[in-house]
Amino acid sequence: MTFALETAAHPENLKRIVIEPVTRVEGHGKVTLLMDEDNRVHQARFHIVEFRGFEKFVQGRPFWEVPVLVQRLCGICPVSHNLAACKAMDMIIGATVPVAADKLRRLMHMGQILQSHALHFFHLSAPDLLFGFDAAVGKRNIAGIVAAYPDIARQGVGLRRYGQEVIRLTSGKRVHGTGVIPGGMNKNLSLDERDYLLKEIDQIIAWSQAAVELIKVIYSERPDFHNSFGFYRSSFMSLVREDGALDLYHGGLRARDEHGQTIFDHVDYTHYWDYIHEEVKSWSYMKFPFIRARGREQGWYRVGPLARINNCDFIPTRLAEAERKIFKEFGGGSATQATLAYHWARMIEMLHAAETIQELLHDPDLQSDDLVSSGERQLRGVGVIEAPRGTLIHHYRINEDEQIVRANLIVSTTHNNQAMNEAVRQVALQYLDGQQLTEGLLNHIEVAIRAFDPCLSCATHAIGKMPLEVELMDAAGALIQRLIKDSDGQCRA
Amino acid sequence: MGALVMSKAITIDGKSVSFIDGQTIMDAALAAGVYIPHLCHNPEFEPHGNCKLCIVSVNGRNMTACTMPAAEDMVVASNTPELDSDRQALVQMLFVEGNHICPACEASGNCQLQAAAYYLKMLSPHFMHFYPPREVDASHPDIFLDLNRCILCELCVRASREVDGKNVFGISGRGIGTHLVVNAASGRLGDTNFAVTDRAAQVCPTGAILIKRQGYKIPIGQRTFDHKKISEVQMEPVKRTEPEHE
Ligand code: SF4
Ligand code: FES
Ligand code: NI
Repeated sequence: MTFALETAAHPENLKRIVIEPVTRVEGHGKVTLLMDEDNRVHQARFHIVEFRGFEKFVQGRPFWEVPVLVQRLCGICPVSHNLAACKAMDMIIGATVPVAADKLRRLMHMGQILQSHALHFFHLSAPDLLFGFDAAVGKRNIAGIVAAYPDIARQGVGLRRYGQEVIRLTSGKRVHGTGVIPGGMNKNLSLDERDYLLKEIDQIIAWSQAAVELIKVIYSERPDFHNSFGFYRSSFMSLVREDGALDLYHGGLRARDEHGQTIFDHVDYTHYWDYIHEEVKSWSYMKFPFIRARGREQGWYRVGPLARINNCDFIPTRLAEAERKIFKEFGGGSATQATLAYHWARMIEMLHAAETIQELLHDPDLQSDDLVSSGERQLRGVGVIEAPRGTLIHHYRINEDEQIVRANLIVSTTHNNQAMNEAVRQVALQYLDGQQLTEGLLNHIEVAIRAFDPCLSCATHAIGKMPLEVELMDAAGALIQRLIKDSDGQCRA
Repeated sequence: MGALVMSKAITIDGKSVSFIDGQTIMDAALAAGVYIPHLCHNPEFEPHGNCKLCIVSVNGRNMTACTMPAAEDMVVASNTPELDSDRQALVQMLFVEGNHICPACEASGNCQLQAAAYYLKMLSPHFMHFYPPREVDASHPDIFLDLNRCILCELCVRASREVDGKNVFGISGRGIGTHLVVNAASGRLGDTNFAVTDRAAQVCPTGAILIKRQGYKIPIGQRTFDHKKISEVQMEPVKRTEPEHE
C-alpha cells in the first residue's frame, strides 16, 4: 500500500521532472517525478543529494568536546544537537544532572523551540498559507508578508528574536554557546538576565496565542482542503513524560499506529535500537527508519509537532492544553492525521514553549549554583530530545582513553523520510497527475514537504540554500523545458 | 628620585626604555610596560625565537625582540603598520598550517593564538588551508594532546626540561614536517612520567595540551580574553593556574 509510486514499473518511457533544490526548507534536497506522455505520475521521490560523514568526523575527539562540536553539524539546529549530545555525555560521565541545570537546559530548549517554530511559520510557510499555494511567485515570500501583513511579520520577528535571546543568555553566546556541559551547566541565569527576559514574556505569550488563532482561522476557512491536502494515515512517534504529558526535553518513547493504538510506550530511549531500525535505499542518502515490530513496509512513522500533539495525553501548560483540545476535537478529529495540521500543532507547541519559559523564569532554581555533577564513567551514551522538528537521537561510544570511537545520529528529518516521500506522492496524485505542469502546481509538492519543516542541512550535514531548478526531460533524457526559480522566488525560463 | 644611577636605555617607538645588561629587547619592554606581540616567549623560560611574532625594527633591521640583547641607544620600532601586517601574516600562516576550529575548541577565549589574531585584527586566514593530518594522543589519563593545534612554540619542551626536569617533549622533523614528539619509546604520552601538575601541562598557548574533562567549564564571559586583550594579559605578572582535580 504505502510504497506505490516509489518505483515506476517501466521507467524507460517516462519523462523526468526534477525539483531541485526544494526552496524554503533548510538545506538542500530534490524531488524527481517520472511522468508519461499524458502527464500521468509513475514515480515520485524526495531525496537528499549530498552527504558529509559527521559520524567519522567526531572519531578520536574527546567526549567533552562533542556537544560543542556537534553544533557545527547544522547551522539551523545547533541548540538541539548541543542538548542531545550533552544528554549522551551525562550518561557517559554517569551524572545525575542537578535540578537547576535541568531547568536551565529546558529553558534553553524552549527558546530554541520558540525561535525555530516562529521562523518556520512566519518566514517559510506563511507565504503559502496566506497567499495560496499557487499565488504569484514574486509575492509568495517573507517580503510579500511584510507588505501585506506587517503586523504578522513583526510578531514573527519578535518571537524569533526573543527565542534567540533565551538561547544567548543560557548558552553564553548567540550561536555556538558553551553553557551546556557534560553533567550540567557552566552558568546559571542571573537575576538581571531573568528580569530582562521577564519584561517581554507576556507579550511573547500573547503573540504566540495570536499565531495559534491565525493558523486556526486559515485552517478552518477551508477545512476540507486543508485536511485532505497530501493526506494519508501513519504511525507517530515522540517522547512523552512519565505521566503522558508533552515533554520536549526528556521522557520515554511512545509510538502509536494510524488508529491511535499503542505500539510501544514509555520505552527507555537508551535502548532505541531494540525498537527502531534504519533501512538504506539505493536512491537516497537519507536512511529510512522503521519500527521493528511493524516491519519495513508498515513500520514507518511521523515525528515532530503533529506526532507530539497527537501522542501526548495532555500539555502541562494551561493555554496550550486548551488549544490541544480544540485541535483534537476539530472536525471530529479529522485534522489529527493531516499533513497541513503540522502547522497548527507547531503553533500550539510554540505557545507551550512561551508558557513554559514564563513558568521557568519565575523558578528560583535558575539562580542556583548547584549546576554540575558526575558519577561513574560509562563507555556508551545515548541522548534523545524532541527537537523542533522531531525526535533527535545521539548515540556515542568512547574508548578507555575517552575518545569517541563510534557515533550514530538519527535526526528528525530522517525519521520523517518515508513520511515526506508519502506526502509528495499523495500531492503528485492529487494535483499533478494528468496536468500540464506549472510552477504553482510544483509548489504544491514543496508545500507538502515544507509542512514537516525538514532540516536537510541536518540530514545531509551540508549547509546552505540554492535556487530551485525544475527540469522536464523526455524519455531519452533530453531536456524539454527548464524552469529556474531564484532564491528570491523569481522565475525565469 | 635623583638621576644618580647611570642607567642604559633604548628607545622603543620613541619612548625611552631603560635596561640592564643581559636583558633582551623583550625583557626591557615587558619591564617597562611596553607591549610587543609575542607567542613563543614566556619570561619563565629561555627565549627561543620560534614564532617571529615579536619582530621589531632595530636601527632599520628586523630582529626578534625576544632573542635580541638590548644595547645602548638602540632605536627600536615595534608598533608600526608594516610590522603589524607582517605579524598578521605570521598568525594567518599559523592558522592554516594547523587545524584550528575556534568555535568548537575548548581553548577558545583562553587561547593566545586566537587572542593574537584578534589583537592584530585578523579577519580571515587569507592563505589556503593546509588541512594537515595531525595526531591526537589521549593515552594519558589526565592530559589530552591534540597536535592539530600545536604551533611549535616549544614552551612545553622548555618547561618540561627546565622546570619539571623531565624532558617529556621534543621537536622532530624539519620544514613543514616539523612536529612535536613525545619522548617515549611508544611515542605516547601515557607512557611517560608526565603529570598534570607539571609546569609543562600549563604553558601551552593554544589548546594542544589540555587537561582532560575540564573543557568548557568556564562560561563565556569569564574566560581570559573575553574582556581583556592579549596585550593586557601578557603584561600581567605571570600567574600559574593550578590544575583542578576531580
Ligand atoms: S604543544 Fe603547545 S606548548 Fe607545546 S609546542 Fe605545541 S603549541 Fe607550544
Ligand atoms: S616571541 Fe619572539 S619569536 Fe616568538
Ligand atoms: Ni538541522
